[in-house]
Amino acid sequence: MTVPHEAPPAKRRVTGFTAGRTTGWVIMGLWIVLGCELVWKLTSDFDPAFFFKYMPKLLGTECAPFHWGCSPEGLVMTLILVAFSMTIGGVLAIPIALGRMSNNKLASSLSYFYVYFFRGTPLLAQTFLIYYGAGQESLRMWFQHINMWWFFRDAFYCCVLAFSLNESAYLAEIVRGAIEGVPQGQREAAKSLGLSKGVTFWKIIVPQAMIIALRPFGNEIILMIKASAVASVVTVFDLMGATRLAFARSFNFDVYLWAALIYLAMVEILRRIWDKLEIRLTSHIGYRSSK
Amino acid sequence: MGNALHLLSFGPGGWGDELAIGAWVTVRLALATLPFGLLLGLAVALAKNSKQPSLVLAGNIYTTIFRGLPELLTLFLVYYGGQIVIQKIANLFTSTHVEVNGFVAGMVALGFVFSAFSSEAFLGAFKAISHGQYEAGHALGLSTFQTFRLIILPQLIRLTLPTISNLWLILLKDTSLVSVIAYDDLLRKTFIAVGVTKLPMLFFSVTCLIYLVLSMISSTGLTAIDRRVRRGEARRS
Repeated sequence: MTVPHEAPPAKRRVTGFTAGRTTGWVIMGLWIVLGCELVWKLTSDFDPAFFFKYMPKLLGTECAPFHWGCSPEGLVMTLILVAFSMTIGGVLAIPIALGRMSNNKLASSLSYFYVYFFRGTPLLAQTFLIYYGAGQESLRMWFQHINMWWFFRDAFYCCVLAFSLNESAYLAEIVRGAIEGVPQGQREAAKSLGLSKGVTFWKIIVPQAMIIALRPFGNEIILMIKASAVASVVTVFDLMGATRLAFARSFNFDVYLWAALIYLAMVEILRRIWDKLEIRLTSHIGYRSSK
Repeated sequence: MGNALHLLSFGPGGWGDELAIGAWVTVRLALATLPFGLLLGLAVALAKNSKQPSLVLAGNIYTTIFRGLPELLTLFLVYYGGQIVIQKIANLFTSTHVEVNGFVAGMVALGFVFSAFSSEAFLGAFKAISHGQYEAGHALGLSTFQTFRLIILPQLIRLTLPTISNLWLILLKDTSLVSVIAYDDLLRKTFIAVGVTKLPMLFFSVTCLIYLVLSMISSTGLTAIDRRVRRGEARRS
């Protein structure tokens, strides 16, 4: 019979105030104070008249859904902008991604410069370029001549155009990364099974690429929600625009805090939905993306 | 065409010098934000990596807020909110009117955003550096700070450089937002030029090209830094 090893000494529990613990509680205390301050600021001099005047504008609930002729504002406008830009951008992204991957020198260099331009310049500058740029005398004449001036005259359409073009560049890189991220062995396996190119692409590559693209795509929606605030600079009354207008009229700083809470709630909800979605969609393969 | 060149020249009749000054302001703002954002990001990452649940929670709240808010809104919150807070503090002592500088507001706001994103990169790198590295440092008799500076930091830089490079390019573009709070950066200078010359297409195209050139110069520099920090790595054929 062997004598059991002596058990290792129990780890001494650190008690009392260590430097880390003190710092932690001080900083947490700061957050708690700031949080209380925020709640207090928003509730202490709560003015129902003010709230009910501007909150519907921020949320955009003044217009009934699908009521044409009533131009949406606030949160609804932001969501419309994001939905349009992501959809149009997504459609545009596919040919660009294919161009990036093609062996054709012209197609690949054209799409490379497209992506480089839209990712290398600020969205605000691109929006200005389209919205104000189209107003240059000679261009405006031309747009009027081809009956497209109604499009470029409207800040909303210009924003949708700028955001879609910008988004398509980012989405194209996600699509390309996802397709190239599928291991080479998958293609070889499909080939050895005698599958045609089309079947390989649609049944082997695309389903796996979609899973790789899932998280970057979710991040891209969040980035788009945040970037859409830029529309407020060119007179579109999205959530940010409605907030700026409300602040300009009332000089009440509370509206910015409301807007911040709405944006945070939106982003957090989307992030949580995406986490759930990823777990659900990838549970069969035990795939874990590095967050 | 000749007219366009004249308008972009560096002279009393041209806007080239104004645009150059604006570009310089943009670069300065981004460069000033970088160390602030990096240090704050590192501090937040250290908090999130610590064993204290309170510190982890505090760090996570910080990241959630500044990653979730639009950059433009963060800028307004810092610019107008900072104005109100500083005015209140100043009122305790004097009755002078305090004005927040656009440069400082931009630097603080963009620094908050930068640090929230960079802290995630640093946290990932901390998780990737094995515990044995710290133990080796202690075994050599290095103090905690020395271990961090001599052993952890070089690896941290190497691991986070790709993400930080990306964040730098995003920062460079986000500086354009300060033009909205009337700070004379490149985009705002362009706006002034457009107001006078009524040639928006020309000037905004040129500005986009300037931003592209700035991105290109940054990319070249970052590639060189990347090569340097990787010089100790084993070469893969």
